Amino acid sequence: MADPTAPSTESTFAAYAHPERLVSTQWLAEQVGAGAVGGPDGIVVLESDEDVLLYDTGHIPGSLKLDWHQDLNDPVMRDYVDAEQFAAVMSARRVGRDTTVVIYGDKNNWWAAYALWVMTLFGHEDVRLLDGGRAKWVAEGREMTKDVPQVSPLTGDAAYPVVERDDAPVRAFKEDVLAHLGGALVDVRSPGEFSGELLHMPDYPQEGAMRGGHIPGARSVPWARAANEDGTFKSREELEAIYLTEQGLTPTDATIAYCRIGERSSHTWFVLTHLLGFDQVRNYDGSWTEWGNSVRIPVEQGAQK
Amino acid sequence: MREIADDFAELTAPERLQLLLEFSEGLPELPERYAGSLDSMEQVHECQSPIFLAVEVGDEPRDTPGERPVHLFFSAPQEAPTTRGFAGILHEGLDGLSVAEVLAVPEVAPYQFSLGEAVSPLRLRGMVGMLSRIKRQVALKSQS
Repeated sequence: MADPTAPSTESTFAAYAHPERLVSTQWLAEQVGAGAVGGPDGIVVLESDEDVLLYDTGHIPGSLKLDWHQDLNDPVMRDYVDAEQFAAVMSARRVGRDTTVVIYGDKNNWWAAYALWVMTLFGHEDVRLLDGGRAKWVAEGREMTKDVPQVSPLTGDAAYPVVERDDAPVRAFKEDVLAHLGGALVDVRSPGEFSGELLHMPDYPQEGAMRGGHIPGARSVPWARAANEDGTFKSREELEAIYLTEQGLTPTDATIAYCRIGERSSHTWFVLTHLLGFDQVRNYDGSWTEWGNSVRIPVEQGAQK
Repeated sequence: MREIADDFAELTAPERLQLLLEFSEGLPELPERYAGSLDSMEQVHECQSPIFLAVEVGDEPRDTPGERPVHLFFSAPQEAPTTRGFAGILHEGLDGLSVAEVLAVPEVAPYQFSLGEAVSPLRLRGMVGMLSRIKRQVALKSQS
């Protein structure tokens, strides 16, 4: 059986700062074929989608569903689950503290990256993204199943430990962003949202904002520029040309990424942190839905200066 | 629509998702006159997935426009089953009703399918968007 904890060694990933954070569809298919998915001490594959029904229409054999809304968000307060809830969610999927977790999803892995980022808040060491996500797996005609694995939760000493979230290294709050003004900020929304031309999405009151524009000084780098047509990430060289050469960002500078609710910026957070090796990137999950609704908070409009 | 809401209300949360999946799978294919011509349909921008709808209002009876029948057509990708499920519910619940009946459906109807917990209220905004666009088109087309 293949060693499931060995990093994916594809040469295309080798140039990235942390190549072990990505796996290819081919690698995952081999793990599925070798019985390493869901087996004892094997890897756990989680599907995290924007569309809550997608998993039920068919998924990668052995994979389990992780719903960002129900499993990772507090049901009342706008925040993530606490340590006990997170441990329960993980244990229910037979994820232990040392388990290799591979996450994939729809919409270019937005929610998969978001789930990976939330797992990072809890310090889970070995969590990886499937490069290209669900769409690439499907496009390649790889096996899908409607069979939902019946898993017995981890209990006792094997259960996922109750680990307090440590938000500070990778999560920025509004106050952090205010203190960071003048520093590196990446706005990953569309150019229209950035300039303020698109004030809000029609009929989206919960996600809408009272003011359009961007956080002063933010660089406009729509998330999709980091992805190829098939949803895979661009090469390190191409990514450096965008973020370093064109935008002038520096890997050692503290950097904050944001979008509208924090899921697209999780994708960019992943790119900067794991593919380009930036060492201090935080995702501002309050994003424009918080900033654009806040009173007496500075807003800049128009195209990037 | 009321009957569909009652069906959902009787189920547990996982069963509600299964029923929504059935509505998704039951959404009729587009007829030939719309297939390949999404330009002639209205995109529902409230949904994060590319969904298009078309509304037709029957010609008769002319003297009582409120009784003219309404027909609905949807195009939504297979990889967006929740959105397809919403469209399936609206098709099942509204297609064939009269103009007056469709216009009488409350704007908040999508919140009556007990799906808030399973699907999230935020996602239900997409269905509210579909319904309000349907009602607007019905109002416009029933006057012509």
